[in-house]
Amino acid sequence: MTATTIAPARRPALSEGLRRKRRQERLRNLAFLSPWLIGVSIFFLYPLVSTVYFSFMKYDGFTAPTWVGLKNWTYVFTDYPFFWPALRNTLWLVIVMVTLRVLFGLGIGLLITKVKTGAGFFRTAFYLPYLAPPVAATMAFAFLLNPGTGPVNNILGSLGLPQPGWFSDPHWSKPALTLLALWGIGDLMVIFMASLLDVPQEQYEAASLDGAGWWQRFKFVTLPNIQPIVLFAVITGVIQTMQYYTQPLVAGKVASGVIGGSGQQFEPGYPEKSTLTLPQLVYHLGFQRFDTGGACVIALVLFGLAMVFTAFLMRRGSGFLATDD
Amino acid sequence: MPRVHRAILAAAAIALLGTACTGTSTAPTASDDATKDTTITFWHGWSAPSEVAAIDANVKAFEAKFPNIKVKVVGNINDDKIKQALRAGGPNSPDVVSSFTTDNVGTFCASHVFADLKPFLDKSGVDLDKTFPKPLQDYTQFQGTRCTLPLLNDAYGLYYNKDAFKAAGITSPPKTMSEFDAAAKKLTKAKGDSFSQLGFMPNFHGFESTTTHFAAQWNPTYFTAEGKSNLAADPAFANMLKWQSNLVKELGGFAKLEKYRATFGDEFGAKNPFHTGQVAMAIDGEWRLGMAKEAGVKFNIGVAPFPVPDDQADSYGKGYLSGTIIGIANTSQKQNAAWELVKFMTTDTDAVVSFANAIHNVPSTLDALKSPKLQADENFKTFLEIAQHPKSSTTPASPNGGAYQLTLQDFGYAFEAGKQTDLAAGLARTDAQVDKDIAQAK
Repeated sequence: MTATTIAPARRPALSEGLRRKRRQERLRNLAFLSPWLIGVSIFFLYPLVSTVYFSFMKYDGFTAPTWVGLKNWTYVFTDYPFFWPALRNTLWLVIVMVTLRVLFGLGIGLLITKVKTGAGFFRTAFYLPYLAPPVAATMAFAFLLNPGTGPVNNILGSLGLPQPGWFSDPHWSKPALTLLALWGIGDLMVIFMASLLDVPQEQYEAASLDGAGWWQRFKFVTLPNIQPIVLFAVITGVIQTMQYYTQPLVAGKVASGVIGGSGQQFEPGYPEKSTLTLPQLVYHLGFQRFDTGGACVIALVLFGLAMVFTAFLMRRGSGFLATDD
Repeated sequence: MPRVHRAILAAAAIALLGTACTGTSTAPTASDDATKDTTITFWHGWSAPSEVAAIDANVKAFEAKFPNIKVKVVGNINDDKIKQALRAGGPNSPDVVSSFTTDNVGTFCASHVFADLKPFLDKSGVDLDKTFPKPLQDYTQFQGTRCTLPLLNDAYGLYYNKDAFKAAGITSPPKTMSEFDAAAKKLTKAKGDSFSQLGFMPNFHGFESTTTHFAAQWNPTYFTAEGKSNLAADPAFANMLKWQSNLVKELGGFAKLEKYRATFGDEFGAKNPFHTGQVAMAIDGEWRLGMAKEAGVKFNIGVAPFPVPDDQADSYGKGYLSGTIIGIANTSQKQNAAWELVKFMTTDTDAVVSFANAIHNVPSTLDALKSPKLQADENFKTFLEIAQHPKSSTTPASPNGGAYQLTLQDFGYAFEAGKQTDLAAGLARTDAQVDKDIAQAK
């Protein structure tokens, strides 16, 4: 088989007037786009390029940066003892916490849409915790789940059930954080409720006429209709969990009892590095150890992970997106 | 993508890379005239009303002595805020900064974020050896660069519940570790699977019962002359860890103690376990005297130096020292005026004594320690003696602050919990980690 090449047809030369018109059109488009372009350049591109640049530099924030090649990358991946535990914890939280938050938010949303009387009260009751400041909410949970004096363990003890160490036990600290995240589920619940109320009633009626039970109605009517919202909840949940910082930091600090006074060293990720997350390391390296280069490496790892997760979910979820045809 | 667009993007990236290259230049030389009218900004970390009033009174005394220098005081500043402000510089950044964390001296001096004080000290004729105790001189400089001075001092000792001692038939505070262990066991009272009173909380999360505070009793050397980590080579660390883990076992085991520790209130609140009687002995700083008084403690409090290892009984009286540091921001354009405030607060005997009296800290100069104006009851005198003991020590400065202490503490946590049992190998691994962290900081 021989390949034949076809010469591309030459485009007719544009007249001067037409060229000017196109140029003007391009400039006009750019002018309309400029607010976004300026915003993206200042708040996304510049920080991103800076972060890449500083990841190859030794920079303490005080003296001029010096080129160190891959030294920061090697240090973070091979010599920095907090990196791998933090990465494992972050992935654990992304998988477990996001899954449970979506399931729980959807479950609560489904229940509340079914409530005939007092729906307003339940909506408010489930939404209010979401408005609690994260530090206050975490401290409240640290008090409730205190293994020695907390009311939760007191109740469990009085029922003869085992009393976990919660934030003081490396096996229970992440489940405790997940409980805290489920308590503040109000944002997802509201989004799911809105999408559930949007499902056309006639589809349910048609399904009922065909003899579909509640599970089949949920599987074949509800789920296909709310799939784009589920995808949105999962993607935003993954990105939020990647940036999980305040709650594990506060929980660890409160449970460890070490406030970091004179001559005291606060242990990140108490207990036993189980509450360490990548954003905590960015802060620890960049703002406490003056190692901007190392902090930039971790920030780029976070950015890369968020991109990979989002791209994967978008590809997998593209079939979810409802089309009108 | 069309070629033109690629070119634009490449140009933009290069331009961005160019602008990303920022950094603080070297120190401005002090050229301001401290005799002219000027205003300087002073940042400190004190927040309690009594402490803020004390520092304000100190500043007022300075302004009376130097009427041309006005001081704008900003309180309740923590180390993280200090670091960011000094990084950013600018007209609102401080001229004089004090910090509670001696661990950061290495970073502050190595990165020249604080001005070198040697030219100022030489100009004013301040003889360090005649002014400050040796340990305080050590923790305020790094590798020959003196960028901070001590502003009051903290000394750690043993607090004990005299009433509990009497009830247990213990007549005097323990002086050696074996006496201490025996007292801790005697003072411990079981209640179900927990305690109604614990003799002492040895776990490393027990507030001030940290690896570094204990280790000071063994006279440790953290780094070799070449700046390498020395944890495995110096038996002080292994001996301290063996003593601590043995006491943990004797008092009921790590898990039981941790569960009990979870019932403790806030360290700096009224429900501190020593105040509530949950522990009969504690290692703590001199500030606990005032705090216990404020909390309305019902029992009689006794204080003593923390016990020493049996084979070092002759060094009884020493302890761990720490304190507040003060320095001049390198970005300050008013360094000569700033130096006048630093010199006044750190070397003027009356200023140091009145401040120490007001906030119940140990004075940081030799003259202030001997001053008749110093209000010191018998308990406070114990801390004054610990502060002046020739074998009292502190943790040395390092290029990455207290990171090495964190690494040692990390190993301490694993060892006390029984998760690491090979002490020699664990300390060698800790050495290697400390060296890697320091190499990264250089």
